[in-house]
Amino acid sequence: MKLNEEERALLAGEGGRARQWAIRHQIEVGRFFDAEDMVEVDQAHVMADPESLGEAGVRWLSDIAGLPEAERRVRVPTITDPRGVDFAAYKRLQQTDAMAGLEERAIHAFEAMGVLMTNTCINYQTILPPVRGEHVAFGDTGVVIYSNAVFGARSNFEGGPSAIAAGLTGRTPRYGYHLEKNRLGTRLFELRHQPKDFSEWGALGAVVGRGSGSYWAVPVITGVENAPTSDDLKHFGAALASFGSVAMFHMIGVTPEAPTLADAFDGPPPPASPITAEDIANVYKGYAARGDKVDVVVFSAPQLSLIELEKVANLLDGRHVHRETTLIAATSPEIKFAADRMGLTRRIEDSGGIVLSGVCFYQSYAREMAEANGWSRLMSNSAKLVNIIGGYGYKPTLATMERCVDSAVAGKVL
Amino acid sequence: MAQTLICHPGIGPDVEGIALVASDDFSARYDLDRIKGVFSRPAHKLFGEDYRERILVLNNVKGGVASAWMLNEMASRNVKPAAFVFNRVNPILAQGAALAALPLVDRFADGDVTKLIRNGERIRVRPSEGQVILLDRP
Repeated sequence: MKLNEEERALLAGEGGRARQWAIRHQIEVGRFFDAEDMVEVDQAHVMADPESLGEAGVRWLSDIAGLPEAERRVRVPTITDPRGVDFAAYKRLQQTDAMAGLEERAIHAFEAMGVLMTNTCINYQTILPPVRGEHVAFGDTGVVIYSNAVFGARSNFEGGPSAIAAGLTGRTPRYGYHLEKNRLGTRLFELRHQPKDFSEWGALGAVVGRGSGSYWAVPVITGVENAPTSDDLKHFGAALASFGSVAMFHMIGVTPEAPTLADAFDGPPPPASPITAEDIANVYKGYAARGDKVDVVVFSAPQLSLIELEKVANLLDGRHVHRETTLIAATSPEIKFAADRMGLTRRIEDSGGIVLSGVCFYQSYAREMAEANGWSRLMSNSAKLVNIIGGYGYKPTLATMERCVDSAVAGKVL
Repeated sequence: MAQTLICHPGIGPDVEGIALVASDDFSARYDLDRIKGVFSRPAHKLFGEDYRERILVLNNVKGGVASAWMLNEMASRNVKPAAFVFNRVNPILAQGAALAALPLVDRFADGDVTKLIRNGERIRVRPSEGQVILLDRP
């Protein structure tokens, strides 16, 4: 890789030990992907929940945090993905003091590094959206795909260590979606059914993700009749990234880099794969469990916008969650403050729900929570969540937000 | 007695071990019980298989970014695969392998590596050379 003078100085240790580790790590990853050089980034976003970190990861962070201030502080604004423990609610969820202790140590280390604890996977809705052409180092698949596709920003999936490296050096290896040539379409999908709600947008993401199947694929979606909302695209992108590990898409007439089909491809477009109502229905069928007792209903993954929280509150008004079912809605700290101020939290909690701040369900020791609370059947309107959570021992069911709330009240899958 | 497969130069040290092969994808968060060291996702083709110190030969990487930390965490407890041999990985597995110093290779010249390597056979992975050696093949 070609390194400039500043990068060579970092490699020689002139920026301190943390930055020396960071640039070495970036060179190793960059070489693996044949990056020719580095590109400067304006922001980094770090996924580092305590379950993923474990004791080893928290020790690693604490080692950096223990360095002199000039060595440990990040050089570009660096923010965080959801945490694993909401200190105001962890005992209600049967999370342990040991989990909270590990979380506390991780937060302490991040703060010492100058990381801003935004604790959100919807930073593009709540903190500082990137703009077209801006290079960033974002570390949540839903954040990356939304930023690349909807804003036209440039990011690869940056796992926690690499996002920290980018924060420390202010750059990242130039490969993947930092390069124009990799942002062109590789597959074409034609919608013959218009998604009607968040869970259908997620189901569409599942279909396209399964049909794309690789980080290096760029699906192009045509046939969208009406502009989707930010929350629609949030669920679509999160599911597409989850089912297919996809980091970029074009939606003709919606996303900025492909206003027409001709813009989306280098040459003639490939034959289109149709997506029908039956394809969407089959996603739901794969998770169907009508009549089963439902243990936990989760609205999370991605965290809810204020608009989504209001919908949950509206659906719960005048009703109460079944005594053997838990209903959880997770959002970012900023949206939680707004929801508190506007009375949405009170309305949801008066109906027996729990509103969590700064966490996401699957990043919160999901297996241990299931064991401690006796949870098995989980219902959600998030296609991403039902895709992930089976590996944690849950039996997931995908349904609309309305059916999820109705089922939470009934205590069984409706 | 050995055959050599050529791939893109990878990450991590040379390693020798027994291949655990499936035509399926991988995510440490989605697919593994990292405490017990087994594949825990019922839909995965390696469901129930013990992955400890086996060389995972799989197709692709799926899902989220957690694997970047989780490989390091698994390595710290010695509940880890010996190496990763994939058709194509995403940045997350490469970043995680780099942090954990676990061997990783991908992009094979001769096609689908999950068909080129047999489940249970002994192989040597040489990331710096971009080679996987099938030790028991004539």
